Amino acid sequence: MVSAAWGGGGGGMERDPGPEGARRALGRLLEAVLASRGEANAVFDILAVLQWGVGGPPATSLFPQSEDHEETQEAVRACSRLFGALLERGELFVGRLPSEDSVMAGSQGATRKYKVWMRHRYHSCCNRLQELLAHASFEVKELALSTLMKFVQLEGAYPLEKPKWDGCYLFPRQLFKAVVEGLLSPENDCSLLLSRFREYLEHDDIRYHVMRAATDVVGRVADRYPEVPLTFWNNAFTLLSAVSLPRQECSFSTFYVKHVELSSTWKVVHLKEHRKAFQLMWLGFLRHKLPLSLYKKVLVVMHDSILPHLAQPSLMIDFLTRAYDVGGAISLLALNGLFVLIHQHNLEYPDFYRKLYGLLDPSVFHVKYRARFFHLADLFLSSSHLPAYLVAAFAKRLSRLALTAPPEALLMVLPFICNLLRRHPACRVLVHRPLGPELDADPYDPEEEDPAKSRALESSLWELQALQRHYHPEVSQAASVINQALSVPEVSIAPLLDLTAFEVFERDLKKKGQESVPLEFIPAQGLLGRQDDLCAQHFTLS
Amino acid sequence: MGKARPAAARRKGPGAPAGAPGGRARPNPNPFEVKVNRQKFPVLGRKARHAVGQPGVSRARAVQKRTQTLLKEYRERDKSNIFTDKRFGEYSSNMSSEEKMVRRFALEQQRQHEKKSIYNLNEDEELTHCGQSLADIEKHNDIVDSDSDPEERGTLSAELTAAHFGGGGGLLHKKTPLQQGGEEEKPRSRRELIEELIAKSKQEKRERQAQREGALELTEKLDQDWKEIQTLLTHRTPKSENRDKKEHPKPDAYDMMVRELGLERKAQPSNRMKTEEELAKEKQDRLQKLEAARLRRMRGEDEAGDARKPKHLSADDLNDSFVLDKDNRRLLSYTDGKMSIKEEQSREASDGESEEEQGEDPSEEDPGDSSDPEGHSDLESDAGSEEDRGWPDREPRPAPGERMTSDGHKARELAKTELPYTFAAPESYEELKSLLSGKTMEEQLVVVERIQTCNHPSLAMGNKAKLEKLFGFLLEYIGDLATDDPPELRVIDKLVVQLYNLCQMFPDSASNSIKFVLRDAMHEMEGAIEARGRAVFPGLDVLVYLKIAGMLFPASDFRHPVVTPALVCMSQLLTKCPVLSLQDVVKGLFVCCVFLDYVSLSRRFIPELINFLLGILYIATPNKHSHGYTLVHPFRASGKNSELLLVSDQEDTATWQRRGLSLGWAGGLKAQTKTEANHTRLSCLAVCLALVKRCVLLYGPLPSFHTIVRPLRALLTEHLAGCGHPPELQELCQSALADMEKQEQCCRPLVCEKSKPLPLKLFTPRLVRVLEFGKKQGSSKEEQERKRLIHKHKREFKGAVREIRRDNQFLARMQLSETLERDAERKRKVKQLFNSLATQEGEWKALKRKKFKK
Repeated sequence: MVSAAWGGGGGGMERDPGPEGARRALGRLLEAVLASRGEANAVFDILAVLQWGVGGPPATSLFPQSEDHEETQEAVRACSRLFGALLERGELFVGRLPSEDSVMAGSQGATRKYKVWMRHRYHSCCNRLQELLAHASFEVKELALSTLMKFVQLEGAYPLEKPKWDGCYLFPRQLFKAVVEGLLSPENDCSLLLSRFREYLEHDDIRYHVMRAATDVVGRVADRYPEVPLTFWNNAFTLLSAVSLPRQECSFSTFYVKHVELSSTWKVVHLKEHRKAFQLMWLGFLRHKLPLSLYKKVLVVMHDSILPHLAQPSLMIDFLTRAYDVGGAISLLALNGLFVLIHQHNLEYPDFYRKLYGLLDPSVFHVKYRARFFHLADLFLSSSHLPAYLVAAFAKRLSRLALTAPPEALLMVLPFICNLLRRHPACRVLVHRPLGPELDADPYDPEEEDPAKSRALESSLWELQALQRHYHPEVSQAASVINQALSVPEVSIAPLLDLTAFEVFERDLKKKGQESVPLEFIPAQGLLGRQDDLCAQHFTLS
Repeated sequence: MGKARPAAARRKGPGAPAGAPGGRARPNPNPFEVKVNRQKFPVLGRKARHAVGQPGVSRARAVQKRTQTLLKEYRERDKSNIFTDKRFGEYSSNMSSEEKMVRRFALEQQRQHEKKSIYNLNEDEELTHCGQSLADIEKHNDIVDSDSDPEERGTLSAELTAAHFGGGGGLLHKKTPLQQGGEEEKPRSRRELIEELIAKSKQEKRERQAQREGALELTEKLDQDWKEIQTLLTHRTPKSENRDKKEHPKPDAYDMMVRELGLERKAQPSNRMKTEEELAKEKQDRLQKLEAARLRRMRGEDEAGDARKPKHLSADDLNDSFVLDKDNRRLLSYTDGKMSIKEEQSREASDGESEEEQGEDPSEEDPGDSSDPEGHSDLESDAGSEEDRGWPDREPRPAPGERMTSDGHKARELAKTELPYTFAAPESYEELKSLLSGKTMEEQLVVVERIQTCNHPSLAMGNKAKLEKLFGFLLEYIGDLATDDPPELRVIDKLVVQLYNLCQMFPDSASNSIKFVLRDAMHEMEGAIEARGRAVFPGLDVLVYLKIAGMLFPASDFRHPVVTPALVCMSQLLTKCPVLSLQDVVKGLFVCCVFLDYVSLSRRFIPELINFLLGILYIATPNKHSHGYTLVHPFRASGKNSELLLVSDQEDTATWQRRGLSLGWAGGLKAQTKTEANHTRLSCLAVCLALVKRCVLLYGPLPSFHTIVRPLRALLTEHLAGCGHPPELQELCQSALADMEKQEQCCRPLVCEKSKPLPLKLFTPRLVRVLEFGKKQGSSKEEQERKRLIHKHKREFKGAVREIRRDNQFLARMQLSETLERDAERKRKVKQLFNSLATQEGEWKALKRKKFKK
């Protein structure tokens, strides 16, 4: 088809050098096509230029390679104007498109022939544009995207298919699905284009159709490839996470395709349908085996932007429990989603606290999600109905871990432990056991996974006593709180959660102490210090 | 008592005779004028000021005062001309009347003198003596009739006086004619008289001379006699032998002796010289005081800030620029002549030595240092002092980075001799760098010292700021030296002493500079963490800064504005920087050493350090079971760096000898051969094991010590099981393990401190202290003062109103009396007129009647 067009219209272009010339030439062709139907063959010339953009210019081209992008852009603009005008004029065939050859051979009227022929050109133009979405230059990609979206808008307003019944909702689904497919490319990273696409997502109908198209495309791509490339997942996640539904029911009024009046029979105007589509999309996405980095990304946004919009949040249980069992940082992140389900959707999770207890290892103080984890742990342990042995086990475990923690984490975890003791007076024996016998060893068993069998209640928090000798003054003070009877009001740990070492450092620097700085009174002798200093013992200057 | 006093006053009152009215201090007033204000109750301790009054007297006094002031003013109310008394000193009370007269006379004379014309030279005022003109006395020389000056004193004889001055020797003059009697009755001429006088005085002089010579002879004789007796008295043969020799200068020697004895400077009372023990004790006391202050800060007892400390520090000798005194001396020695470099160097070296010795003394005496872990410190310090003695020999050698040919050395020598003696303080870092660059270590030190000397704060106003800046520049320079390739650590080693001295002088600016470089380092690290999620070990400069911070400031303080951030900074280095290469291991171990040095006195617990050592031990472990320990953040259980310190070459293991790690290598980029690298690995492991041992010693007393070292213990047993180490390392491992085992574990259950029981509410009445009766109580001091002032103002106001009223009354009375007087006068005059008129009328009528009768 395309090669035929080549033969037909190759000679119609005048070869002026430079993009300026190309634009003028294209402009003239455009005028000609729009002016009379007799000049319709000039469309081939325009499409030919467009074709170069996709497949590279033919060897005979006089246009230099460097100006290729501008040339293509000119062609895209010309197409946009041409088919835009044709769509508005209704000069494209409406209904099921018969094959070109059959119509040309048939004996229908010239107008019908022309319309069918033109519709075929429009079709190939759309195909070209979709291919241009994978173009190397971002400008071309962006222009192609906006042109396609313009066609979507116009096609929605002047539908190319006959309505099945009166008031039927028509949307150029085929065309739009092609656009989404182009966006979710398995080869190229489309994050820039997707961020450009975001602004279309503000329109309710576009959002709805994106969700449906995305579900489709993801399913198809995952089936097609045995090993789905990471770029596709990234693209898909970027698009999916960009979709955000409104929180509560409100009348959808921002439509990209303008309609004279909205009918309540259309699915697109109901939030419920949107939610269903949303749920389908995410479930379809999460059904596949995702790479670990993507797991984390999904879990980070799960509680905030996914769970509230699902029609049936409990369907996420499988995903979350599987993530919770992965271990490490992923488990920490899954906690948040699980918490929402337990808290709001009545999820019964067996051995939840035992698993939470198992999550506590020395790395919790060093991971990026420390603040979130401790915020949740605080929430989980805030219930006053928890058994004392459990809380004691948590307190003991945390104080064990505190022996390996950096100061900024200690500043948070020490008040955390003290809060636990305040909340649960039964656990105060951990810091105050007046008549207890002296023990040979700590009865607490750190290897035991079950908090009930860890014998934490028989132990004491000697770790905090050791931390009273910590080198940082504030940590030492925080650990010394247990020396006195604990005060009644809890200490809010919210401002301490996000504390970083740099902030601690800055705070120490800015702290105004005494008016003069105390000085060392033993005179310095050299870089490595005195002879009995460790540095002098183990290091040489050479 | 209270009653007795008024009674006595009353008794005294009537007994005293009445004084003159109007007088102020009258001991005996008229009893009829006294008014007694009766007191209702006698009050103890109250002064009764108005118990007795004399209304009449005081009223009279008031009237008198008013007549003198108010009435005068009233009478002169419409007069504008004033009478001024210009007599000299008429109203000045501090001159007696005679003095006044004398001054007035002088003024009078002066006025007369000035009045004459300045061209009238001859007209001098006439000089008088005893009321006679001097000119007259000149003329009549023999009229010596003055009877004054009867006594004979003074050197001039009476005749001479009489002859020359005409007066005075009246009596003597009268005697002379009696002596000469009938010889010559006629008065001699003036010439004869004078000649006679001259002759007499000459004779007198001669007599006096003869007398003096006689006395001298006698003295000499006496001296000789005394000498003879002296030799008899003291049986000293040498003296007697020397006698004939010394005969001539004998009086001189004696004089000298006398003068010496007389003029010998008296011993000034001064402070007693202190004995060795006292000096030592003083030093120890000072150190003990400082140590006590350090301990207090370490425990964080004066967190609220105590004002005593800075004073204490400022009174300290160390602050008194103890090096700068020495520098001054050196400057003098440089300036007063050409100084050879040899001398300079030797002085330098000896200075260095003495400084080291000085530095060593406190470390030996320091009670904090001689605690049990450093029981072997004596041995070490001995070894160290030996090394120290070796240092000055090493010093003159050029720094390793500056190897040069002998020609270059000569040129350097020449340049050195041309080092200027004074340096302006650098205004920017570039200036300092240009001053120091291209110089040897010794020269750099000399330059820095001279900058300090030339800009000592006591010399000029702005020097303090300049030297404060110098500290920052030096710090920057040190950072540059440390980042050079290869790092010039020896220069830094020497510059540290300078930094210490500067820091002692300007603690605030020094701490600010250190804070600044630390913040820079942290900022860089934070940026790397935010960008890539992890940081890399910083260059050697940051490590050097951290080490220096610990030497300039007391690292054992509970909270210190510089040390606490430095500790956080080191913790960041150990937790955020993954170990990627052998150099990172060396740097990390250096940070560990610095960290442990910081807490060596305060024995504070560092979790990061334990983690880091655990990680280092892990990457040196051959067969990992990973049982009983978990690695924390910068280290990973698996990965390409998890076997960084593993040595597989048996030969290298066999040839390895324990040596200190090279800090310079860690900063530079010099590659090592495989064997060298293996040796470094083993050295790293050795250092790590030594640090583990040290930690065990430090943290042994901590309550959960065994929990803390459990992972380390597990790894160490693995190390031992591996058996791939040289015997020395095996021993280290074993001793560390043994130390861990030795620590006793005591698990005493925790008990809170008993809080004070809250006191019950009591209903005792509130007691207010009554300070003084009659005063308003129960308010604050300011309120009382305010009330007092208000009261005083009210009283004064009332008094003033009363005064004004009385004045008005007085004036009205005066005006009334004036009017009455005027009226009376008028009446009198009118009466007089009427009288005269009546007389006239009567006369006229009488005349008329007469006429009429006629």
